[in-house]
Amino acid sequence: MTTVDASVRAGIGTSPRRPDGTLKVKGEFAFSSDLWHEDMLWGATLRSPYPRARIRGIDLTAALALPGVHAVLTQRDVPGAKRYGLEIVDQPVLAIDEVRYQGEPVAIVAADHPETARRAAGHIAVDYLELPPVTDPEAGELLRRVPVRTGDPHATADVVVTGEYQVGMQDQAFLGPESGLAVPAEDGGVDLYVATQWLHVDRKQVAACLGLPEEKVRLSLAGVGGAFGAREDLSMQVHASLLALHTRRPVKMVYGREESFYGHVHRHPATLRYEHGATRAGDLVYVRARIVLDGGAYASSSTAVAANAATLGVGPYEVPNVDMEASVYYTNNPPCGAMRGFGAVQACFAYESQMDKLAAALGMTPVEVRIRNAMTAGSRMPTGQVVDGPAPVAALLARVRARPAPPPSTLDSRELPGGVSNTTHGEGVVRGVGYAIGIKNVAFSEGFDDYSTARVRLELIAGEPAVLVHTAAAEVGQGLVTVQAQIARTELGVERVTVATADTSVGSAGSSSASRQTYVTGGAVRAACQAVRATLLARVGGADLMGDKIVNAAGMVVADLAEALGDGPVEETVRWRHRPTYPIDPETGQGDAHVQYAFAAHRATVDVDVELGLVKVVEIATAQDVGKAVNPLAVVGQIQGGTAQGLGLALMEEVQVVDGVVRNPSFTDYLIPTILDVPPMAVDVLEMADPHAPYGLRGVGEPPTISSTPAIVAAVRAATGKALGRVPIRPEHITA
Amino acid sequence: MDFLQPSTWDEALAARAAHPGAVPIAGGTDVMVELNFDRRRPPALLDLTRVTPLTEWGTDGDLLRVGSGVPYRRIIEELGDRLPGLAMAARTVGSPQIRNRGTVGGNLGSASPAGDAHPPLLAAGAEVELASVRGVRRVPVREFFTGPKRSVLAPDELIAAVWVRPSAGAGEQFAKIGTRNAMVIAVCSFALALDPARRTVGTGIGSAAPTPLRATAAEEFLAGALDWDSRGAVPPDVAAEFGRLVASAAAPIDDVRGTAAYRRHALSVLARRTLTWAWGGLP
Repeated sequence: MTTVDASVRAGIGTSPRRPDGTLKVKGEFAFSSDLWHEDMLWGATLRSPYPRARIRGIDLTAALALPGVHAVLTQRDVPGAKRYGLEIVDQPVLAIDEVRYQGEPVAIVAADHPETARRAAGHIAVDYLELPPVTDPEAGELLRRVPVRTGDPHATADVVVTGEYQVGMQDQAFLGPESGLAVPAEDGGVDLYVATQWLHVDRKQVAACLGLPEEKVRLSLAGVGGAFGAREDLSMQVHASLLALHTRRPVKMVYGREESFYGHVHRHPATLRYEHGATRAGDLVYVRARIVLDGGAYASSSTAVAANAATLGVGPYEVPNVDMEASVYYTNNPPCGAMRGFGAVQACFAYESQMDKLAAALGMTPVEVRIRNAMTAGSRMPTGQVVDGPAPVAALLARVRARPAPPPSTLDSRELPGGVSNTTHGEGVVRGVGYAIGIKNVAFSEGFDDYSTARVRLELIAGEPAVLVHTAAAEVGQGLVTVQAQIARTELGVERVTVATADTSVGSAGSSSASRQTYVTGGAVRAACQAVRATLLARVGGADLMGDKIVNAAGMVVADLAEALGDGPVEETVRWRHRPTYPIDPETGQGDAHVQYAFAAHRATVDVDVELGLVKVVEIATAQDVGKAVNPLAVVGQIQGGTAQGLGLALMEEVQVVDGVVRNPSFTDYLIPTILDVPPMAVDVLEMADPHAPYGLRGVGEPPTISSTPAIVAAVRAATGKALGRVPIRPEHITA
Repeated sequence: MDFLQPSTWDEALAARAAHPGAVPIAGGTDVMVELNFDRRRPPALLDLTRVTPLTEWGTDGDLLRVGSGVPYRRIIEELGDRLPGLAMAARTVGSPQIRNRGTVGGNLGSASPAGDAHPPLLAAGAEVELASVRGVRRVPVREFFTGPKRSVLAPDELIAAVWVRPSAGAGEQFAKIGTRNAMVIAVCSFALALDPARRTVGTGIGSAAPTPLRATAAEEFLAGALDWDSRGAVPPDVAAEFGRLVASAAAPIDDVRGTAAYRRHALSVLARRTLTWAWGGLP
């Protein structure tokens, strides 16, 4: 039996300051774009201007002739695998005879100055034969179809509502563009410093493309300026490494903002057709849905996104009869993949819009119809999986409903639709309120071997016990470094904890994705600490560690912690897995696919200028069950940030693509919310422990993004009476 | 790329004459974006930030002369009472950092149809003072713009100042549509200036045509329809007609920021609303 020392300062459940916080606020944090090495060269990428074309020839002569250019490489220079991919190896390192999306990398350059590298890229003459792009997903090649079927496919109901919904292409809009530094090593390998979400999956792909054994490709995490899914796929990793190995010089690559829009995947645009049937009393009888996702030119994580959309596609409700299909297609649009919410976002916009329609058809309030159908612990998902942890869906809805309504806006322009642009002094302004709730799976699913590795060392430094925690888990701004230290403090009762830089000299931590790192790497750190404690106790014949004393079974002190460590450090490395998941049946979608479910509810209050179609979100009340708030301040930060990202999708964020061409690859025209767009948030954190998870915790990062979008849209509908089946809402959708 | 850094106005004009391809730069909030995106590679930049007189403003008779290098922040803080329309527009420009750097002269020099300063200058009947080694001329703002990002500015000329009549209290209004509540390029914008002494109406439309422009027919209609003597409430049909005439003066297009139909609609709404505010606020 071990006890957890809850008294240690800055352990779990407290909110110690994050080490990067002050640095970031003061502009002193070193991001991956700040990397520097003596003698380094600068890489640049030539990208296709066309969404689809054959490459008839590439002439490098003029580029190579430019003074200062050290290398110009094409796919012919890729020594190993010429393609890579997270799930399907389909994406060329550099285009091979064809390009399939606008912005696809065709050639790379290394030069002694970034401007020279860019100019040299411009001197590469590519002979393209333009081809008509496939831009309608349903005219494209099917990548994966995920059916989920349960109950009677022909069920009928008294009250039926149907709807077609569309979700535009959202960008993760991280602030730190793709960047990194590749340094050639004496052993013929490469040391790569990069901002990423999963060092080991990068390494596996980079090594394969370089034709090197994995141990010769060593990655270290550089300062990450946000991720949100956009760093799951490779960007410049192989390119910089190729150039470094070719030139025998360190090579740095930094994408500009415009290039960044072409340098990573986006959220899948979706068309969702839903039919809900219910009894007159308001009980859901069936849901039929067809979800079409535009995967773009390459697979990325599309197949998993489709599975999420399908398995979570009816929302957190009990539905006896489900006929669901999510299909994702290849097109010549920008590749789409992981983004916070990962398929659950698109589905939630549709099913929550449907629940509002159903409420209207039944003469019930939106919250009533949701609570009436809310799943609870023990409910069965449409996949047949039983939700075996807390599922406080009704409680979350009741909490946001019970929040006091925000006061009416004053006539301060900053509180009105249009903000400081002086478009209204109150004219045309109508208030609306909307509700939504969402469901998200935590961690990787469908039988994936999802684990993390932690190495923990307890030692004396200057006579004081100190802990070193080393994992490969990517700190992407979410606060994981702080959480790892908190767990070590709690488990070992030692306040002095250092978290080493994440790198590949320790085993894989898995991805900083799917709201999973506190659960999985947190679980690994806890397990490694427990192993350290066991080794330490065995060393001195102790039974427990109480503060800085080791006691025997009788509670007698047998040694001081410092004495026990006098014989040397104790170090343990543990690979830790969450409980297994299973594939779903390809015909019926049945199976225990997910580890854990997480829920968040939102109530949005908006003021809409109904004449101009401008929206001011007045307040958002949100409630989320996090199982255990390991760092309460960070939890609230995640909830606020995720909610803001959902607000962006509701009201402004869209990569506009016409005929395969991106029309707004800049922060001038891809708008993300400002301080005048993000409202005050009333955040209600529930801690209903999940018995299967470390400390009972539940993944936090994604749920707030999922339901804030439909809640805001519902509020705008309430204010305007418009159907608004598409996000982001544009002013002309309201005024038309 | 050469970087020319004159410290006096005469040196600046001489440099401009000697290097007609040099791009003048003040706050750099447009020029640097263009350079960073590699949309232009001028042979030289002509930095005007050391020419101190450009950052000054003063009165000359009953007109204000505002140096082309006065940044938006100072227009808000120092001229907000005298040029309320321009100050309202300045408030909608970018972020605080951009407003610290960006200047009205730079806005005119870029001559973007979306420039926020243009509609209030049009509405106020302002003039642009252009200078070269050949001499000085004053061009009404309504004649300044010749096309998207084009103006009458000659290759050897620099923008010295704008001349504008201080407004009568709240007779000026500016409103701008954006799809977020701050830091946004105009989907469309509208400025109105009512001059009860002269019984004239001035208008300016932004982001809804190849150039910023006045709604001349709307101005004439409104000047005749307003009851300047009684200052009674604007009849709804007058406001509606004014809005209709403003919208019909625009020549908008569909683009990533909005549709032509929405721009026309929004202009008519903004015209009606700003009329109500300006009329109601007259002293």
